[in-house]
Amino acid sequence: MSEWISRNKMTVGLGAVVLVLAYLYYFADKTTALSMYRYSWSYAVPLVLCAMVGVIGERSGVVNIGIEGQLLVSAFAGFFGAAYSGSLLVGVLAGVGCGLILGGFLAWTTVKWRMDQIIAGVVLNIVATGITSFYYKPGQLLPALMPHVSIPVLSKIPLIGEVFFKGTGVIALLAIVIVIGIHLALFKTRWGLRTRAIGEYPSAADTAGINVIRMRLVNVTLAGALAGLAGVFLSMDSTSSFERGMSAGRGFLALAIMIFGAWRPLRAAAAALFFGFVTAAASQLQADRVINVPPQLVGTLPYVMTLVVLAVAAGKVRAPGAVGQPFVKEGK
Amino acid sequence: MSANPAPPAQEGTAATPPPPTDTPRDETPAGALAFILRNQSFTVIVVALLGALALGAILIRYQGVSPWYAYQTIFHEALFTSGGLARTLTKTSPLILTGLAVVLPLRVGLFNIGGQGQFVLAAAAAGWAGYATRGSGFLALIIGLVVGLLVGAMWASIAALLKTTRGVHEVITTIMLNNIALGIIWWMVTPGGPAAYKNTSQIPMTGPIDDAARMPTIAGLPVAFLVSVALALVCGWMLKKTTLGFQFDTVGKNKFAAGYAGIGISKVILLAMAFAGALAGLAGAMEVHGVMHHFEPAIGGTLGFDGITIALLARSNPVWTIPAAFLVGILRTGAAGLQFATGIAPEIVDLLLAITLLLVSIPVLGKWIFRSRADKVEAAATSWGN
Repeated sequence: MSEWISRNKMTVGLGAVVLVLAYLYYFADKTTALSMYRYSWSYAVPLVLCAMVGVIGERSGVVNIGIEGQLLVSAFAGFFGAAYSGSLLVGVLAGVGCGLILGGFLAWTTVKWRMDQIIAGVVLNIVATGITSFYYKPGQLLPALMPHVSIPVLSKIPLIGEVFFKGTGVIALLAIVIVIGIHLALFKTRWGLRTRAIGEYPSAADTAGINVIRMRLVNVTLAGALAGLAGVFLSMDSTSSFERGMSAGRGFLALAIMIFGAWRPLRAAAAALFFGFVTAAASQLQADRVINVPPQLVGTLPYVMTLVVLAVAAGKVRAPGAVGQPFVKEGK
Repeated sequence: MSANPAPPAQEGTAATPPPPTDTPRDETPAGALAFILRNQSFTVIVVALLGALALGAILIRYQGVSPWYAYQTIFHEALFTSGGLARTLTKTSPLILTGLAVVLPLRVGLFNIGGQGQFVLAAAAAGWAGYATRGSGFLALIIGLVVGLLVGAMWASIAALLKTTRGVHEVITTIMLNNIALGIIWWMVTPGGPAAYKNTSQIPMTGPIDDAARMPTIAGLPVAFLVSVALALVCGWMLKKTTLGFQFDTVGKNKFAAGYAGIGISKVILLAMAFAGALAGLAGAMEVHGVMHHFEPAIGGTLGFDGITIALLARSNPVWTIPAAFLVGILRTGAAGLQFATGIAPEIVDLLLAITLLLVSIPVLGKWIFRSRADKVEAAATSWGN
């Protein structure tokens, strides 16, 4: 433990400062602080999940520009699946299923057919926009609200428990488990080592007997399910409605968050929370009339922040070595 | 990349056999087949288009409408009704330019998804400038166009600078810039914004520009169309015949080789993006001065994003953007008639174009059609990271 702390001085220090500030504000103005923190987390949930899609993809050596499209189609499928079938579960399954299918599509075109990964992703996004805007029907309603639960002991913790474990949606709870799970899997398991190997140096991994093609196919496809979950959260949990183009660039924000988080799941989650908090703070300041910026411009804040973060983070973090390059087995 | 391998330097031995090619001494087929094989990428596009129409037919069938009737309505509406062709050409002009705005960066290996933002922001600026300079007659048109051009170029240059100085990928930055541009234009024209114009229709917009500052039509042809076609030809010439065009292609095909050859990669990237933004910006300004005569946020539609489809349909060839844009123009114009006649939402075109884009951009389509000659099929390529 102490060794871990001394290796991660910056992270621990920053985390402690943030935590102290967060609690100070919480004890100073409990209602406002809680509503801001809860908003930050619900803003961050789809970003975190999508960032995981990016992390798994790029750690395996596949760029996923199509997260935006996966998110949009899943949100669409989830909402209308639930609205037409009258069952929330059907909606969730439809959304996650669509995420998987599109993940599989991206995997197959880029890994098997070696299509340019950027173009494949952009095409996926345009197809997603086309499908969802053509089949969109206004005036549909969800059969019920998504279940919200409180975890017995954890929800009693001041601040942290109240934000993450008290009356939160099932998907938001699941997101916590997923992030921690992926982090452990990526750095502590055989799967993780192999995934990082095929993303850094696929030919070496191939020599070591890892089936690079199959592993990339499986990873990118399964990661699609997370985008599906994010989409379902967007249309069924945080808003209970579907609008055309409702993903609103979140798939790309997630990529920025992934880079900001240096392709590490926990850091990416922290980055997503930071994005959520800045957005929450901006709208709070706007509401309190502390700042007087037109709302349309406040709305562009996440995008401006992405540009700034990328400009600052680029050069400081290193992408997986083989990201973006198709793998061709020697002698084939 | 292996399209034109340089002949290896050989020392005088005239008897040296030619280097083996990937299709060793095939019996050259004659007639139609030969034509198809010689024009592979063209064939791929035709097959992709037909495939998209066929898939689209199935979708239309599912809407309870005869596909034959639907397609007939689209083409009839866009080409043969009175004023139909003029409307199609009006629609085609900005599409040529937004297509070019994707083609030029693609030639240097950059994927400009920001045509939409460059277009709308420039249109807003041009509309504002055109209204602010009202009373100055024809000069207001010139000012509007120049402002549009510059704003578009500036907006695209942000992405280029982030790419060259910080190595941030242009796909993410241009998408972010699209969203930021949307925020800015809505702020500009909603009541209280700097360019807002009080009117009775409740639609946020800029003030109307003078009649004298409108772009005219010559013999029924919109001037914007002529300008767009001319620019496509100029871009084609620039890429094919000038040093700059050669530098574009060299950077796009092999950055390292370009660097060794002494080409300023950053300069080329910056120029390509600035040109692209200028073209998209000009399209926006011409849409304001030639079609709308004011600016409102809905002006963009999906023109910028259609540019991506057009560029890939044109196989990143500037001249081919003209027919590609014309085709998209036909579909977009005809869709309005389709909705009137059958009730099918005009978004069917989004779907048709998406399927087309999918089919043209999958290199495997080419491989399926030309099994053994797969390597010859060139696909567009971009780069991730630096």
